Amino acid sequence: MAKKADEMTSVRKAKHGMVYTVLFAICSVIWIAPILIVILNSFKRKAYIFRNPFGISTHSITEGWDKFVRGIQKAMCGGLNYSNAIKKTDFFQAFGYSLLITVLSVILIIICTSMCAWYITRVHNRVTKAIYVLCLFSMIVPFQMVMFTLSKFANILHLGNPLGIVIVYLGFGAGLAVFLFTGFVKGISIEIEEAAMIDGCTPLKTFFSVVFPILKPTAITVAILQAMWIWNDYLLPSLVLNINKYKTLPIAIQYLKQSHGQIDWGAMMAVLVLAIIPIVIFYLFCQKYIIEGVLAGAVKG
Amino acid sequence: MEKAIKKYFPVFVLPTLIAFAIGFIIPFLYGIFLSFCKFTTVTDFKWIGLENYKRILYVNGVLDTTFLHSLWYTALFAAVSVLVINLVSFAIAMLLTKGIKGTNLFRTVFFMPNLIGGIVLSYIWLMLFNSVLQHFSKTIVSTQWYAFWGMIIVVCWQQIGYMMIIYIAGIQNIPGELIEAAKIDGAGFWQVLKSVILPMLMPTITICTFLTMSNGFKLFDQNLALTGGNPGKMSQLLALNIYDTMYGTTGWQGVGQAKAVIFFVLVALIAVAQNKLTTSKEVEQ
Repeated sequence: MAKKADEMTSVRKAKHGMVYTVLFAICSVIWIAPILIVILNSFKRKAYIFRNPFGISTHSITEGWDKFVRGIQKAMCGGLNYSNAIKKTDFFQAFGYSLLITVLSVILIIICTSMCAWYITRVHNRVTKAIYVLCLFSMIVPFQMVMFTLSKFANILHLGNPLGIVIVYLGFGAGLAVFLFTGFVKGISIEIEEAAMIDGCTPLKTFFSVVFPILKPTAITVAILQAMWIWNDYLLPSLVLNINKYKTLPIAIQYLKQSHGQIDWGAMMAVLVLAIIPIVIFYLFCQKYIIEGVLAGAVKG
Repeated sequence: MEKAIKKYFPVFVLPTLIAFAIGFIIPFLYGIFLSFCKFTTVTDFKWIGLENYKRILYVNGVLDTTFLHSLWYTALFAAVSVLVINLVSFAIAMLLTKGIKGTNLFRTVFFMPNLIGGIVLSYIWLMLFNSVLQHFSKTIVSTQWYAFWGMIIVVCWQQIGYMMIIYIAGIQNIPGELIEAAKIDGAGFWQVLKSVILPMLMPTITICTFLTMSNGFKLFDQNLALTGGNPGKMSQLLALNIYDTMYGTTGWQGVGQAKAVIFFVLVALIAVAQNKLTTSKEVEQ
C-alpha cells in the first residue's frame, strides 16, 4: 500500500514537473522572441519590415504555396541590409573601438584599483581612510551630476580619444572596484604577506606574486561588472570622445537615427543583430562567471 | 610591514587617485560650484547665487512645470517598475528553485537580455512596438502613457532576469529543514510563503527593491532611444530632462547643473535609506 502511494506521488510530481517544463519552454521562447524577430527582419527588405514584422512572406500561406514562395522572394533581400549597415555605421571600426576601450579600461581598472585597495587596507592613516570613504560616496553619485564638468575637463586634458577615455573610465569606475577589492582584502590573513616581506620581497613583488593570485575571484567579478557597463555605455563616451572621429558601438547605433528622426530600419535590424551576436557568444562561454559576478556585485553593492 | 608599504604610495595609490580626481572628485565639486553660476563652459562663469535653482521652476516669473512633471513621471515610473520587476522575478525564481527539468536553460534564457545594452535593447522594442501600434494608427510616442508602458516593458525585459538570479540565490540560502518543519506542522503553500520564505528573504528583497528603484530613477539610454522624451518632453525621465536642459538650449547649462544637483540629492537619499534599512535588518537578526 505504502509503496503504491509513494509511486503515485512520484508520478504526480513528475507530471507536475513536465507541465512546468513545457510552460517554461513556451515562456522562454516568448522571452527571446524579440531577438528572433529582429534576426528574421534583418533579412527582409525595408518596406516589408513594418508591413508584417512577424511573417516571412508578402502573401499568406492560405493563398497557395506558389504565391507564398514568391512572396518570400519578394520580401527577403539576403545580406543587403548587412552590407548597408556595415557601410553606414562603419561597423567594424565602431566594434574595434568598443572592444579596445572595454579591454584596456578593464585591465587598467583591475590592476590599479586592486593595488590601491590593498594599500588602503594595509596602511592605516587619514589619507587611506578618506580615499575609502570617497570611493563609497562616488558609488551613489549619478553620472548626470558630473557629466558636464567631466566632459569639459576631459576635453581640456585631451582625453577625447580611445586611450584617454580609459583614464576617465578608471576614474569613474574606481569607486565600485576599490570597494569590492577592499572587501576581499580585509578577509586575507596578513601572515602570508609578512612572510614574503621577511623573505626580502618588495611590496610590489609581494603584491603581484602573493596577493594578486588570491584576489583572482574578485578580479573576475570586477572585470565582468565593469566590462558589462563600459561595453554598453552610451552617454559617457558620447560626451567625452571626439564623436566625429571615434564612435563606439552604442553611439554608432544611436547615430543611425538621423537628426530629423528618420531611421533606415533595414540597416538598423542588421546592426542590432551584429551587436547582439558577440554578446550572446561571450555570455554562453562565460555564463558561470557572469552570474557569479552579478551576484557578488549586487549583494555587496 | 605597514612602514615598508607606506613608502610605496606613489606606485600603489597615485595612478588610481589621479584618475579618480579627474573622473570624479574635481568634476563633482566643480559641478556643485557651477550650479550657482551662469556659464557656457568651465572657464567662463559668473556667480549668480540661487538664480539657477529658481529658474528650474520659474521662467520670467511664470511657473514652468516641465521639471515637476518629469519628477513625478519618474517617481511613478520607478514605483511601477519596482513592483512589476520584483513580483515577476520573484515568482519565476520560486518556480525555478523547484528542481524543474531544464532549469539551467531557462535561467540562461531569462538572464540574456540583461547583457544587451540600453540603446540596442530600445531599438529592438521600438521596431516591435511601432509595427504593432501602426495597425491602430498610433506610435510609441502618441501619448506619454504609451511611452510610459513601453519603457516599463523594456526595463522589465532587461532586469527581470537579473533580479531573478539574485532571488534564486536568496531562496537557495533558506535552510530546507525550516520549510519542511513548517509543512509538517501543517502549513499550506501561502502560509509557508508568508511566514517562512518572505521573512527569510527580507535582505534579498531589500537589495532587489533598491537596485530596481535606483535603476528606475537613473534610466537614460532607454528613454533617449525609445521615446526621445516625446511627445513634447512629456515622457522625459529626470536624467533625460537634465541632459536636454544642459545640451538642448544654450544659456541653460546652469539650470541643468542645478537640476543635476537636486537629482544627486534625491538618488543619494534613496541610497542612504537603503543602507539604514539593511543595517537595521542585520541588527534584528
